[in-house]
Amino acid sequence: MRSLPFLGAAIVVAVAVFFAAALVGNEYVYFAGYTVLQFVVLATAWNILGGYTGYVNFGTAGFFAMGAYSTVVIYKTIKLPLLLAIPVGGVTTAIFGLAMGYLTLRLRGVFFAIATLALAIVLNTLIVNWSFVGGSRGVYIIRPRDAAHFESYVQFLFAVMLGLSVLAVWIARMVEQSRLGRGLAAIRDDELAAECAGVPTLRLKLISTTLSGFLMGLAGAPFPYYVTYVDPGGTFNLAYAVNSIAMPIIGGTMSWIGPLVGAVLLGTLEQVATVTISSELNLLIVGVLLVLFVTLAPNGIMGLVSARRRKAKPNA
Amino acid sequence: MDVSLDLFLNAIAAGILLGGFYAAVSIGISISFGMLDIVNIAHPAFIILGSFIAYIANEKLGADPILTTIVLAPAFFLLGAGLYQIYHICFERRGREALSGLAFFFGILFITEVSLLLVFGVDYRSVQAAYIGPAITIGLVGIPFRLAVPCAVSLILVGVVHFYLQKTFTGRCILAVSQNQRALQLMGANPIRIKQIAFGISIATAAIAGAFLIIIQPVEPSIGRDYIGRVFAVCVLGGMGSIPGTLLAAMILGVAESFTATFYGPSWAPAVSFGLLLLTLAVRPAGLLGR
Amino acid sequence: MPENILTATNISKHFGGFVALEGVDFHVATGERVGLLGPNGSGKSTLVNCITGTLRNDTGEIAFLGERIEGLVTHQRIRRGVARTFQIPRPFRSMTVLENVEIALLYAGHAVSHEGHTAAALAVLEQLGLRNQADMGAGQLTQVDLRKLELARALAARPKLLIADEAMAGLSHTEVDEILELLFQLNETGISIVMIEHIMYAVMKFSQRIAVLVAGRKIADGDPQAVVKNPDVEKAYLGE
Repeated sequence: MRSLPFLGAAIVVAVAVFFAAALVGNEYVYFAGYTVLQFVVLATAWNILGGYTGYVNFGTAGFFAMGAYSTVVIYKTIKLPLLLAIPVGGVTTAIFGLAMGYLTLRLRGVFFAIATLALAIVLNTLIVNWSFVGGSRGVYIIRPRDAAHFESYVQFLFAVMLGLSVLAVWIARMVEQSRLGRGLAAIRDDELAAECAGVPTLRLKLISTTLSGFLMGLAGAPFPYYVTYVDPGGTFNLAYAVNSIAMPIIGGTMSWIGPLVGAVLLGTLEQVATVTISSELNLLIVGVLLVLFVTLAPNGIMGLVSARRRKAKPNA
Repeated sequence: MDVSLDLFLNAIAAGILLGGFYAAVSIGISISFGMLDIVNIAHPAFIILGSFIAYIANEKLGADPILTTIVLAPAFFLLGAGLYQIYHICFERRGREALSGLAFFFGILFITEVSLLLVFGVDYRSVQAAYIGPAITIGLVGIPFRLAVPCAVSLILVGVVHFYLQKTFTGRCILAVSQNQRALQLMGANPIRIKQIAFGISIATAAIAGAFLIIIQPVEPSIGRDYIGRVFAVCVLGGMGSIPGTLLAAMILGVAESFTATFYGPSWAPAVSFGLLLLTLAVRPAGLLGR
Repeated sequence: MPENILTATNISKHFGGFVALEGVDFHVATGERVGLLGPNGSGKSTLVNCITGTLRNDTGEIAFLGERIEGLVTHQRIRRGVARTFQIPRPFRSMTVLENVEIALLYAGHAVSHEGHTAAALAVLEQLGLRNQADMGAGQLTQVDLRKLELARALAARPKLLIADEAMAGLSHTEVDEILELLFQLNETGISIVMIEHIMYAVMKFSQRIAVLVAGRKIADGDPQAVVKNPDVEKAYLGE
């Protein structure tokens, strides 16, 4: 399917989801749905650098926080409406991603991964010590009660996140099927051989990191309005790192469908677990699932699906 | 910022004592990552596990934390050996260490931390021992025993490991396998078994270091994350697998952190190790005494 | 010198205290077939890596088609027409054989339309006898077919110079002949070829000139028959 028809189909699906949620009639659906959709964006973003290019990013929390805190800064200074603050968050994080890539992408994959964690923690420490954005005590954001054309601001946030999910998935699919995507796959499979086949590996890795960062920043930008109290502990939460790695691995890292499936399934499971059991147990489940899938089903759910399809047609 | 002499000297002293401890904490990573190329990002989880086991033994039996973990070291060794077996079958054999191996250890880190949280909650735990509390003063410098005793035992531990690697047959096989796996096979030793032993040792040292940790400071499950940066910073700065390098790098880190905490405040401390790591990776990835 | 497609002068490379290459001069005339010999560890792969840019030479100059290339990154050199195969094949395992070749076509910078890529890739596969395996996963190929895939990927980049690094190691006699025939055909289309090999039969049959590296230094360079009878060369291979 060419990319514009796909975008059209994705928008239709998103609109359907929106009206289905509205039918439930309970505001909680928007809160829970927002979180799940946020993970769709984060998982999809992570997978561009992780699954497509083969570079593991442990610092998702840092990128996410960068988007969130960029909105905080805007809120405390020029007070742009959310729809304008979001691209600013995305661009800021993209620049950060580019800078990080420039410093770390010349390192072996393993060192890159550790460096991403290092950067997230350094960023965390900087924010903790920056009193303008509240430091360790955090800041309060006033969430407006209403939004034009929507029943409530929360419903509006849900719609925003739906839109960002569509955007993320659309971009990921376009990358995957483009010349860029093939080059990234070559880098993932064998970076040295890719370079010797003419692939400009550093340049493509930088593009991948910047794009991934951009999308993560977009995911983080509306967060202050969702959560209303922004502090480093809640924003630099390691749960973001684990989830953004677990969801693509569980769903399948080879294509755009995997992170979507992983995010929806795991995200929903987590929402249910948090409400019925506890949020710690919920994280335990994520960790266990991650380990199980990575050892037993490394190509994720989509990998299992396509393996079964291949068994059904032996001479494919 | 008042740079008085006694503050300065005490910062150095605390830094050196801390450095000795950091060497014990990191020596396992020097083996698993520096020598065997296994990115065991879950290493700190085993340190914390050791801390909590020492805590339980101390609470229920009044046992000394360090002795507890030394006695239980064989159990941790077996745990490490078993973990390596899984890692080897699922990742090394299939050549998928890069993405999947990392994710695997990350998952283990997470599972361990959250399990400890579920069992023990978020409260800080500490232990009681005769040497926690007293201190001696040499001139302007105060040396608390709760820092000095772990530091001393750490140095002994590092020395024992170094001796083992240099002088025993298995130890030298471990050094050999880190350099040339094929040659080791030709010599008749089984590289997989050797790596298993090495990884077991690395986890055992982590558990023992956990006892040191809970003597030095109160412990709660999530502080393991601060140690990810420290152990990798020390390992990389120390030259990836050089034991003397690990010791030197640990001292440098200890002093750097001590100075930062004393003169800039403890909230900057987590950034020190990670910042040092980034700096090393950017400027001299081979470390100070590296190959 | 315009009649040399590649001129490497005074190439040295050290790894800490270990000297991998010391003052090596190596050139390839346009259209020539050169054999590069040497015991294991003599520096052949290091020299190849310096020529392709995977490693940076510590001293010396490398000129390709009259242009100095030491400052260029590997993919830039590939785009100018240098190509190499790997001793141990490095296929892109998540892709099919066809997709492997298409990567080189897409990126080695020679403008072909998007639809044209598949056709051009199939043509390359045809040339190397891999047409029937086009849709197979690259990881499933036999050893000799993996070697051919290496050559196919190198060829898809439209090289002017091909460095074949032990392309025949471990193959049977008929398989060696297959690869040898392919290399002769490629040379006939105008590609200069450097063959690094231990299989003397192939090297003697193929090379117009042979250079020999021992412990990082070049000890012989010239007519194959003369080089093979050179006492230093014999000593290096057979010991004293």
